[in-house]
Amino acid sequence: MSLLRTLLASLLILAGGVAVLAAATDGFRAFTSETARRIDVREHPRALPMVALQTADGRAIDFAALRGRWLLVDFIYTRCMTYCSVQGGEFAQLQRDLAQPIAAGQVALLSISFDPAHDDPMQLAAYQRRSGDHGSGWIAARPVNTPDLDALMRVFGVSAVPDGLGGFVHNAAIAVVNPRGMLVAILDWDAPGEAQQFIQQRLEQ
Amino acid sequence: MPAGWKPWFGVTLWCLLALPPVRFMLESSMTLQMLVQIPLLGLSGWWLAASHTDRFDNVLTRWNRSGISGLLLASLASIIWMLPRALDASLTIPWIEVAKFAGVPLLIGVPAAISWPRAGFVVRGVLLIEIVAMAFRLGWLYLDSPVRLCSNYLISDQQQLGKSMLAIGVAISLLLAGKLLWGRIDTD
Repeated sequence: MSLLRTLLASLLILAGGVAVLAAATDGFRAFTSETARRIDVREHPRALPMVALQTADGRAIDFAALRGRWLLVDFIYTRCMTYCSVQGGEFAQLQRDLAQPIAAGQVALLSISFDPAHDDPMQLAAYQRRSGDHGSGWIAARPVNTPDLDALMRVFGVSAVPDGLGGFVHNAAIAVVNPRGMLVAILDWDAPGEAQQFIQQRLEQ
Repeated sequence: MPAGWKPWFGVTLWCLLALPPVRFMLESSMTLQMLVQIPLLGLSGWWLAASHTDRFDNVLTRWNRSGISGLLLASLASIIWMLPRALDASLTIPWIEVAKFAGVPLLIGVPAAISWPRAGFVVRGVLLIEIVAMAFRLGWLYLDSPVRLCSNYLISDQQQLGKSMLAIGVAISLLLAGKLLWGRIDTD
């Protein structure tokens, strides 16, 4: 009898274990928190917090003011000396590739600094200049209040870890916000072509 | 009960691990969390299991022949805490941290402690081989992955974890080989 009971108990444990594993991995799709963040944003678009941002030219804006167009958002810190310093170049390239919809007011690019203590408007402007910014459609900004930064990073799912050398390592990505102000997708930071395609497909719909 | 001190050791160890400074220290690196904090939480459960009574044991035995159900439970629960996502989430989502501090002792440590002594040669062998294989598989993955698997940890930490897991796999293999060559083995 103990053999049958053990078999029954094992089958129940196995079924329970598989169910928990499925739940813990979004149905065996997400084994890392980065994949989980992308799936969750895609399936449950997130409303953005109404936080005050200060741009490189000193203006105050918020997400409400940016509604009505598609937004491509990345998180940056201008002191970055490693791979994330490429992010600026990627956004300058997107600015070129999406020049038409940008000029038509359908798309804007937004870089948000998660190092607001250092990244004042002057630093943000210098960052855009050395990344190859050419004109309109690309806003660099920092949150005005520190608690707002936490709220922003939570909603976008951004985490920045000190790298031990005075900088940060963060899960860089290109976040897509739709014209109604909802975060709808998170794309690879090093594939601006993918982001451009995503936007153009949505604009053609 | 001969091992009356064990449950108290288990409780003390668990409380030590739950102290905020100890928790932050052990969670500051991926290697420490996976190879020190989680195994020690399991050990606290293993010691805690010594507090169960013989009557409970007799009931349980009927459902746990050769320790198979218990070891299956412990294995499945271990898989959860090998997911990079779970390691990450326990740092940022409070209820996942609670689930770790409750689940690792109660669903890995306790069933393993109750079931391992009942497991025969074959069951133990299968489990040990799987542990060695898992150490090599995960070690290789962590060492070789070009992307960060945990958003809260650095890639150098991940590679350190990979190296440590390979070392653990080698150490267990050597111990087992030594035991097979020179030790006494019950094959009942």
